Amino acid sequence: MSIEKEPLFSVKNLKLISEPLGQSNPITVQVLGICSALAITVKLKPSIVMALSVMAVLAVSNVVISLLRKMIPPRIRIIVELVVIATMVIMVDQVLKAYAYDISKQLSVFVGLIITNCILMGRLEAFAMGNKPWPSFLDALGNAAGYGIILIIVAFFRELLGSGTLLDMRVIPQAVYDAGYMDNGMMVLPPMALVVVGIIIWIQRSRRKNLIED
Amino acid sequence: MRSFSNTYIFVFSLIMVTIVAVLLSFVSMSLKPRQLLNIETEKKDNILTTVGVTGEASGVDKNTFISDEFKKYITDSYCVDFNGDKLDADAFEVTLNLEEELRKPREERNYPLFVYTGDDGTKRYVVPVRGRGLWGPIWGYIALESDLNTIAGTVFDHEGETPGLGAQIATVEFEKQFDGKTIFNTEGQFVSVEVVKGGADPSDKHGVDAISGGTITSKGLQAMLMDCLGGYVAYFKELANN
Repeated sequence: MSIEKEPLFSVKNLKLISEPLGQSNPITVQVLGICSALAITVKLKPSIVMALSVMAVLAVSNVVISLLRKMIPPRIRIIVELVVIATMVIMVDQVLKAYAYDISKQLSVFVGLIITNCILMGRLEAFAMGNKPWPSFLDALGNAAGYGIILIIVAFFRELLGSGTLLDMRVIPQAVYDAGYMDNGMMVLPPMALVVVGIIIWIQRSRRKNLIED
Repeated sequence: MRSFSNTYIFVFSLIMVTIVAVLLSFVSMSLKPRQLLNIETEKKDNILTTVGVTGEASGVDKNTFISDEFKKYITDSYCVDFNGDKLDADAFEVTLNLEEELRKPREERNYPLFVYTGDDGTKRYVVPVRGRGLWGPIWGYIALESDLNTIAGTVFDHEGETPGLGAQIATVEFEKQFDGKTIFNTEGQFVSVEVVKGGADPSDKHGVDAISGGTITSKGLQAMLMDCLGGYVAYFKELANN
């Protein structure tokens, strides 16, 4: 048995991380996980916590499912995937409630709703069920990062234009307000998140023509 | 694809749920004390907010900070009963379990009361309230001036009201409307504060604007004030006369 061992960070493995950031981004290309992206991107801080939570849940779930992939009876695989995700989400929720109570209140129901985030089931079903733990782990990091980066970009613009702050710190100086500038209240509402996501998709597709469908 | 026998599937599921159950119970048990502390801190913080004590914890842990501020400003706390007599029960304990307290008939409930004494000696009285919104419980704290009639400040919160509609009760704009309203009319009768659909007249001392699109939450809030504040009437009258 002398199969050459694949290096941990081979080109193929690195692609697992880089592709979801760009050309197979879960939000802008696959249009998954939109619901939470619209709901919690009013401020940067909850968005970052949400992105990290999804990353933790997805990474652990992907590895667990990948380790068990040969033992899981195909007939009940979806249930098993769901149980693993739900367990992780409850754990994340409990930890947030204990150590980041204020943020957990802001995220409210959306931490629990990570369970129904299509990105998670999608990755477990499409990737972890058929791949080894290490690539599955990288795939999870890549996809969660791809999700997180869009969340953070959207939250950046919404918090900046909607509240004039970043991470709750005032960045637009008072002098600008005195000159007649006003925060755009529309940015705080969910529909504007959709518009911002739309603009990101537009920019991405105008630069990568191969993403455009007829 | 390998096929698995039914027995295997059953055993697999059994083992899986057992592991998950043990794991989650362990996590829940070990984090419970910290979570309860956070909830206590939040309640104390809310009570302090209604009387106008709002400080940011700098350098120290938020839990310690709020707990110290609470000890400093809330100089007394006790429960009263429906007839206006003081009781032994711990006010904070009752506030934490207000939901169960409200299941009792009105005459048998303990009514918790917190007394704030400001730096300049002004006294205010804070009452916890709890009721039902559209989707779940709503609750809050009402601070009364020393005349036990004028509202000095309010904080409301909810579990799962619709964002943008019912959830608006937890905004400063809504809470500010209550400042200066009175709960007794000029004849000294308890009338509480009404939530008026279509907007309350600014001169109305017992009415605030309801929330558009949040009618059931608004009505629930009004019922909550009527129900919870109503139990203190005997005690307030007694205290105001002395």
